[in-house]
Amino acid sequence: MATAVTEDVVDYDEALERYDPVMGLEVHVELNTATKMFCGCATEFGAEPNSQVCPVCLGLPGALPVVNAKAVESAIRIGLALSCQIAPWCRFARKNYFYPDMPKNFQTSQYDEPIAFEGHLDVEVPAAIGDGTEIFRVEIERAHMEEDTGKSLHVGGATGRIHGAEYSLVDYNRAGIPLIEIVTKPLTGAGKRAPEVAKAYVAALRDLLRALGVSDVKMEQGSLRCDANVSLRPRAAAGSEQETVPLGTRTETKNVNSLRSVERAVRYEISRQAAVLDRGDRVTQETRHWHEDTGVTTSGREKSDAEDYRYFPEPDLVPVAPTPETVERLRATLPEPPSQRRRRLQQDWGYSDLEMRDVMNAGAVELIEETVAAGATPAAARKWWTGELARRANAEGRAVEDFGVTPAHIAELDGLVRSGRLNDSMARQVLDGVVAGEGGPTEVADARGLELVQDDGALEAAVDKVIAANADVAQKVRDGKVQAAGALIGQVMKELRGQADAGRARELILAKLG
Amino acid sequence: MSALSRDDVAHLAGLARIDLSDAELDRMVGELGVILESVAKVQEVAAQDIEPMSHPLPLTNVTRPDEVRPSLGAEAALAGAPAQEQQRFSVPRILAED
Repeated sequence: MATAVTEDVVDYDEALERYDPVMGLEVHVELNTATKMFCGCATEFGAEPNSQVCPVCLGLPGALPVVNAKAVESAIRIGLALSCQIAPWCRFARKNYFYPDMPKNFQTSQYDEPIAFEGHLDVEVPAAIGDGTEIFRVEIERAHMEEDTGKSLHVGGATGRIHGAEYSLVDYNRAGIPLIEIVTKPLTGAGKRAPEVAKAYVAALRDLLRALGVSDVKMEQGSLRCDANVSLRPRAAAGSEQETVPLGTRTETKNVNSLRSVERAVRYEISRQAAVLDRGDRVTQETRHWHEDTGVTTSGREKSDAEDYRYFPEPDLVPVAPTPETVERLRATLPEPPSQRRRRLQQDWGYSDLEMRDVMNAGAVELIEETVAAGATPAAARKWWTGELARRANAEGRAVEDFGVTPAHIAELDGLVRSGRLNDSMARQVLDGVVAGEGGPTEVADARGLELVQDDGALEAAVDKVIAANADVAQKVRDGKVQAAGALIGQVMKELRGQADAGRARELILAKLG
Repeated sequence: MSALSRDDVAHLAGLARIDLSDAELDRMVGELGVILESVAKVQEVAAQDIEPMSHPLPLTNVTRPDEVRPSLGAEAALAGAPAQEQQRFSVPRILAED
């Protein structure tokens, strides 16, 4: 398969008129343990190729694996945070396959005895009607322990892809890093919002895993990866239940490496499968690859049946049997659930639903929390992080964190505004200076000579001068057209090179022309 | 256990990336069949009251602390590789041309 074939797609809204999407999401999360799942090799990202390998993770004859205690604890904590039951006894299993990314020719995983099962995660999605949000409950089937695979470089062929490659080069540093695979039950009932639900679920899971402190959860580095299973079934006839219609054939889309891609990939797959079904063809059960650049999925290998993996219990490892005491000790270490924390913070900060959503979309919850803790008002913290910095970040295609602006800086800036030293436009100039690396807010304000004119005498003189020079406008204000005062305030600000308190200038102008 | 068919062996050979001639396939059907029959005899011994086991010792929770131990080093790790390049294991073409 040398070239990707462009496939037919159906307009998304049209597809939804005829079909009901069902999703299953599999998320792999790399734990942030210091060592691998079954050996003491380090797990550092970006190390020299094959520098973090040993007889165990290379699968050399006679090497015996031993389970990482912390990885098991992290797995149990993840299970508990997802409201799962924890297996009192479970085993690892060998998943046999022939692909050089695992030197053992099998991946040590869990099969029919996962460490955690039957849970759920509530995610917030935009409401079906109106501007608010509503809760969508994602049912969790299982969370199990396994190990990551090595990384392959494909040589020869034009694209660096496996197709057409002459040979491949493998680095086993990643092979054996602890992975937790979290699998949802089929998600039904999302309807048109399926892509949004998928994105919101992965985002909520990422927040949860971050709060647990069990992973770096960096999608761009692959420490959080999502495979999206999508199938379509015909819309139920009027009067009959959608849930009674059997599920269609699913595809599994891999290589979905950002939250935005999760949403786009699900949306694309719905449109593509609808076109296949509209033609009267059948959807092929297969693995597909998401292409971020072109926004399409292409066919990969056909999916092996589960039996082909010839799963069997791993004879080199003994069962994992967490005692109830262990489970309760770990339960006591769980952080406040992110959704509950968000509700508490929204209440503390007095934000509207819409304001809170903006803050969440900008990924600024933690930043604002730290800024408020550093002394800023919640309103100012929100204004600077989401109004100013997130806007700049969007415009420049950068991340808010990349500006070098800290919560302490924003709190200091807010202090300068509240003490009356700076007005809003001056504060923005100070922020420019901080972003440019000129120092902290006070330092920048001092260096740039930014300070409001506090002296009423100077302000009054400027007001008098502006009124005299704009007699016609002044007359309008005297005649009761108060909004005309705006033009005069602008002139006064200009007169004082922006370093005046606009509110005070307005008071003086209206007093003189009242 | 039902007898192993020639198709079963061909399927397994495909998964194992082993190219078997027709004669070899015929021979393997017979040889693997004997092995399966021998293993099946164990089931005659296993009684209802014996739980299947995956490990001979009745142990659980054998773990190690999450502490880094020295790795082999890339040179030693690659020493046994039939081919290497860029400090990586070089492996033959993974997918057949299609």
